[in-house]
Amino acid sequence: MSLLSALAKQKIDRELTKYPADQKQSACMSALAIAQDEHGWLSNELMDEVAQYLGMAPVAVYEVATFYNMYNLKPTGKHKVTVCTNLPCALSGGVDAAEYLKHKLGIDFRETTADGQFTLMEGECMGACGDAPVLLVNNKRMCSFMSKEKLDQLVEELKK
Amino acid sequence: MIKLEIDGKAVEVENGSTVMEAANKVGSFIPHFCYHKKLSIAANCRMCLVQVEKAPKPLPACATPATEGMKVQTASQYAKTAQQGVMEFLLINHPLDCPICDQGGECQLQDLAVGYGGSASRYQEEKRVVVNKNLGPLISTDMTRCIHCTRCVRFGQEIAGVMELGMAGRGEHSEILSFVGRTVDSELSGNVIDLCPVGALTSKPFRYSARTWELSRRKSVSPHDGLGSNLVVQVKVDKVMRVLPRENEAINECWLSDKDRFAYEGLNSAERLTKPMLKQDGKWTEVEWNVALDYVAHALANIRNEHGADAIGALASPHQTLEELHLLNKLVRGMGSNNIDTRLRQLDTRADGQVKGVRWLGMKVADLAALQSVLVVGSTLRKDHPLLANRFRQAAKRGQQVNVLHVADDDLLMNVANRLIVKPSQMADALAQVAKALAALKSQPLSKSVADATANIRVSDAAQAIAKSLADKEKVGIFVGNFAEHHPEFSTLYALAQEVARLAGGTLGFLGEAANSVGAAAVGAVPGSKGLCAQGMKSQPRKAYIVFGAEPDLDAADGEATLAALYTAETVIAFSAFKHAASRYADVLLPIAPFTETAGTFVNTEGTVQSFNGVVKPLGDARPGWKVLRVLGNLMKLDGFEFNSIEDVRADIAADLQGFVAGKLNNAIGEVTMNLAPATAGVERIAEVPLYAADPLVRRAPSLQKTADAKRAATAGLAPDVYDNLKLVDGQSVRIKAGAAEVNLPARRDPTLPAGTARVALALPETLALGAATTLTLEMLPVAVTIGHAAE
Amino acid sequence: MSALNYGPDAVILKGLTGENWRLKDYEQRDGYAALKKILKEGMKPEDVINEVKKSALRGRGGAGFPTGLKWSFMPRSFPGPKYLVCNSDEGEPGTFKDRDIIRYNPHILIEGMIIAGYAMGIGVGYNYIHGEIWADYERFEEALDEARKAGYLGKNILGTDFSFDLFAHHGYGAYICGEETALLESLEGKKGQPRFKPPFPASFGLYGKPTTINNTETFAAVPFIIREGGDAFLAQGKPNNGGTKIFSVSGHVNRPGNYEIKLGTPFAKLLELAGGMRGGKKLKGVIPGGSSMPVLTGEVMMATDMDYDSIAKAGSMLGSGAVIVMDEDTCMVRAAERLAYFYFEESCGQCTPCREGTGWLYRVIHRIEHGQGRPEDLDLLLNLADNIQGRTICALGDAAAMPVRAFVKTFRAEFEYHIEHKRCQVKTGGYSNAAEPLQMAAE
Repeated sequence: MSLLSALAKQKIDRELTKYPADQKQSACMSALAIAQDEHGWLSNELMDEVAQYLGMAPVAVYEVATFYNMYNLKPTGKHKVTVCTNLPCALSGGVDAAEYLKHKLGIDFRETTADGQFTLMEGECMGACGDAPVLLVNNKRMCSFMSKEKLDQLVEELKK
Repeated sequence: MIKLEIDGKAVEVENGSTVMEAANKVGSFIPHFCYHKKLSIAANCRMCLVQVEKAPKPLPACATPATEGMKVQTASQYAKTAQQGVMEFLLINHPLDCPICDQGGECQLQDLAVGYGGSASRYQEEKRVVVNKNLGPLISTDMTRCIHCTRCVRFGQEIAGVMELGMAGRGEHSEILSFVGRTVDSELSGNVIDLCPVGALTSKPFRYSARTWELSRRKSVSPHDGLGSNLVVQVKVDKVMRVLPRENEAINECWLSDKDRFAYEGLNSAERLTKPMLKQDGKWTEVEWNVALDYVAHALANIRNEHGADAIGALASPHQTLEELHLLNKLVRGMGSNNIDTRLRQLDTRADGQVKGVRWLGMKVADLAALQSVLVVGSTLRKDHPLLANRFRQAAKRGQQVNVLHVADDDLLMNVANRLIVKPSQMADALAQVAKALAALKSQPLSKSVADATANIRVSDAAQAIAKSLADKEKVGIFVGNFAEHHPEFSTLYALAQEVARLAGGTLGFLGEAANSVGAAAVGAVPGSKGLCAQGMKSQPRKAYIVFGAEPDLDAADGEATLAALYTAETVIAFSAFKHAASRYADVLLPIAPFTETAGTFVNTEGTVQSFNGVVKPLGDARPGWKVLRVLGNLMKLDGFEFNSIEDVRADIAADLQGFVAGKLNNAIGEVTMNLAPATAGVERIAEVPLYAADPLVRRAPSLQKTADAKRAATAGLAPDVYDNLKLVDGQSVRIKAGAAEVNLPARRDPTLPAGTARVALALPETLALGAATTLTLEMLPVAVTIGHAAE
Repeated sequence: MSALNYGPDAVILKGLTGENWRLKDYEQRDGYAALKKILKEGMKPEDVINEVKKSALRGRGGAGFPTGLKWSFMPRSFPGPKYLVCNSDEGEPGTFKDRDIIRYNPHILIEGMIIAGYAMGIGVGYNYIHGEIWADYERFEEALDEARKAGYLGKNILGTDFSFDLFAHHGYGAYICGEETALLESLEGKKGQPRFKPPFPASFGLYGKPTTINNTETFAAVPFIIREGGDAFLAQGKPNNGGTKIFSVSGHVNRPGNYEIKLGTPFAKLLELAGGMRGGKKLKGVIPGGSSMPVLTGEVMMATDMDYDSIAKAGSMLGSGAVIVMDEDTCMVRAAERLAYFYFEESCGQCTPCREGTGWLYRVIHRIEHGQGRPEDLDLLLNLADNIQGRTICALGDAAAMPVRAFVKTFRAEFEYHIEHKRCQVKTGGYSNAAEPLQMAAE
């Protein structure tokens, strides 16, 4: 039984074309990202399957999954919201934005709302300090200049 | 060569050497943790920072290349400040639990902290705690102690060939672990215990049983596989507590297989035989040695008088010492019998008369690395020869082409150039294909017998590829494994392997089954032209048997039939370190000392003679086998049994033992009738000897019996077609029939097997009834049995 | 959309609107003219390198190593594959310039990499893009498709016998991958743990093959250098500090953003471009080159020009060109604490001083910030910084130590006040977000 869908495998195969044939491991990070997009988080079984697909030792895949902090090693809420609180962002309201979300959602960092909708994470530099406050929704959607109004809007939008 | 200066001392080193190597050369000790001469350079512990003239910062000696004119200070204030700074960092999160740590007294961190650590800590924050991991029955973990040197990870990747441990997470939260919940199953896993510089990875069987300073360190030699790994046996109050490697670059380097390391547990088994015992009126009674030996002398004399000396046969284990086997041989021949054999699992001895000497590796172990192409024929390589496999693994990394002809596509954890995987019955045909292809590539004629036999065979692509690999290279080796030696057509395989080696201009070698297979043959503990081999003594039952160190039910190729022969004998005299099935068929049980309790000699597969002394007193009334045989020889009034010491026995073999052995080593074989592919019916059996069932000692080592390898041994691995045809589900048992015999085993699908085959091991009580059957009939059993339970 | 304002001197970011990133737009801006010039005129690879040397272009990723010199290290006659890698793993706090190149002018980077591949005889390149800017990664993939379809990438580029292909690879959240050897490890599908050097990537890089790694902005400067000449580029800046440089200005300014200015421009001018101090407050401190670099006081900065040598003279480094501006109400202990946390969080864990030391640094500053500091803590911090810096495999150890040392030394009185009074000296007690404070939702 395969956990990865045919589409996911197709995407991984496309990534594999980027690298020399004997360097399949190079696609590990993208394969894990693809797997996570499909399942929401990386279960042991899923990592094991990625390892098999790429001909890697499972523990080597686990090393990668635990090293990069955008991989979810346990289930998250439907929307994982990661707010950058690093210094440049903090100087322009990054921490305040995070505090506002904590208050609004009633959760702290690394917690999930009771309805399973939101998980809040503290992020490190996203390379968008000029747009502070910035946050990521489920790793891939970046939201910039997050004023109180925009945060309210975002939460409303995501709740739907 | 590069000239540089370390601590004011001039030194010359090879190009590409590091500062660490240069410092070792002048005897400057540089503290280190992650550096290990056999592993890749990680430079992560930073303990070896030294001062290098003109460098803007301290440099790690392990990773800094030595350069011409370099001036290095390893212990200047500058260097020491850096080293002390690193030590402080290493200690801030290391627990202060030395009093309850098994590594205490042999801990690199503890030792170096004395020299480089502060007397008080500046670290006032909370210390890190790391959850322990269950890595299986052999390795115990206390991960809070880990200093992240990654030696264990690198060992897996680079030496064992399988990355079972990794360092997950990052930063301060990095931790060494296996993939969630998995055990470390490599047959070389125990080496990480030695490599770990702290008490994070320690020996599970040894845990909390002794302090290192209470232990005496005694030299010994491993009694298991043919390599003869050098051991340090650690002893406390006449008990073997632990076994560690004794470094010998020519043999085991600094490694040990798990079998060599943990089988010592069997020495302390409750099954140890500690008193001579006699069976009288069907009841066993403990007797004194003189009573037992008197009985034996009379029993043997009676048989000889009544039935002739030929009615006596001896089955001896090739794991016994050279001295014992020499005296046993002398005893048997002295009585007038020639029926003695140590090759208990060799089914096919028809070519004995064509053999020119004692078969061996054909070269030194250390020279395997220099070969450019090798063909390994019929070997469960990793399991039967864990450290020889590592020699090939390391050589393969440097370009050696390793070719494999076998009955299962086992993962050898190395780069295998070409594989030819066939059913057991097809092995000779497959090897003949290689010979045929090679002859064509080399434009050389095949020897007549091979030419005749191969006239009509078709060369497969895999055989062609192997032949090409062998033909293309100058330094070539053909190595015959245990599986091939146990094969019913061993003689054909032997002759074909010789032909392939001849055509390739390479060396023929035998990987070697047991610790003393070579020595046993060298002292003549094989029948020769006049005697019966082990199979002969089975099929033509004798009136009296001497069973020496062996458990024929498990150590013979056909345990069931051998047992039957033993049951019909008038007398069976069992020399053994353990109580075993002999209590059912023997009259006398004589407790002889295992390797740790006697002086002795093993000759390893490369022909190296390795003598050793006992490391503890014999347990109870057990006595060294050579002494028992000496007394028995005297009692039987045989000539040449006057010895005062083990040295006398050795001198009786030859004045120069090494020269004596060397003179006998010869892998040549004469003309043999070829029998390429016998017709078979049913599922073919792949009958391997599981690595932890291979000899009486390892069979009694509880921790090894809990390993994944041991658990898998007692299951039937079925080729996918066989498995699917039976419509089995995971863990379901199969009924395995051979003739009238049948056994039930949990089945598993084994995709490494060729179609129409099943792995059903030898040397297990569970499969004893099948004897040496080569073909099987399988049936589905209605009730599922869980594999875990069956193997537990 | 109206033109994006990167300043009047912009070269790399010139003429961008945010929408005109496609191939046809780039070609209208003289895009791929440099590549065509090389291929049509049959310019020799060594001449390309010489032109880059002449320009005095220095690595824009932070180390400032002369680019032409780096390119000349590549073994030309090496048999087998060699690789070109672009480091777009932009995660140094304060730095966000490469992102604008990738999303608004991706083809300038592609062209720069193709030219570099030509100059060094390399057939395959990778652009390693920060995982957090996913949309920009996808846009770069799109730009690569355009370039492939137009024959700028792939086999026999523009009908010549020069072939080069380029692929995008994304990170997934690890600052350390901005370190070039960690990036290579990551590109190989492993944890991003830096390698010990030597060997250097030029001899043992990606997959063990010779590899050249440059920053996004570095490659993006190459088309101009080839098109207009190395001298023209050099003339944009000053000797040894050739060209324009993109500065990412963040913090307490009115218009945070990227500004591409000539090297040697006074800081005051840059501050003015960024709209001046937010709320008219007084400038207290500036980190002039990304979070790893020593912080300088406002007074020192106001007297400094923005180029490699001037900033070094002032006691810091130009680094990646990230200028973090802090006003008078910023608590320097809190700022230092946040940065120390960052390096603690991002340490890869491989080597001892960084793995163990970054956490220690952070915990001590955290204590001070939370009113539990001890008088001996400041000397402890300075000593720990000494024990980390220069003792690690890669520069992350230095990057963690330098800001701590600079904050403690430059603003020691503020730290001492915290320890003595167990509270903050500045009235906001934190990051001084005067501009648009986010009010807590009504209770």
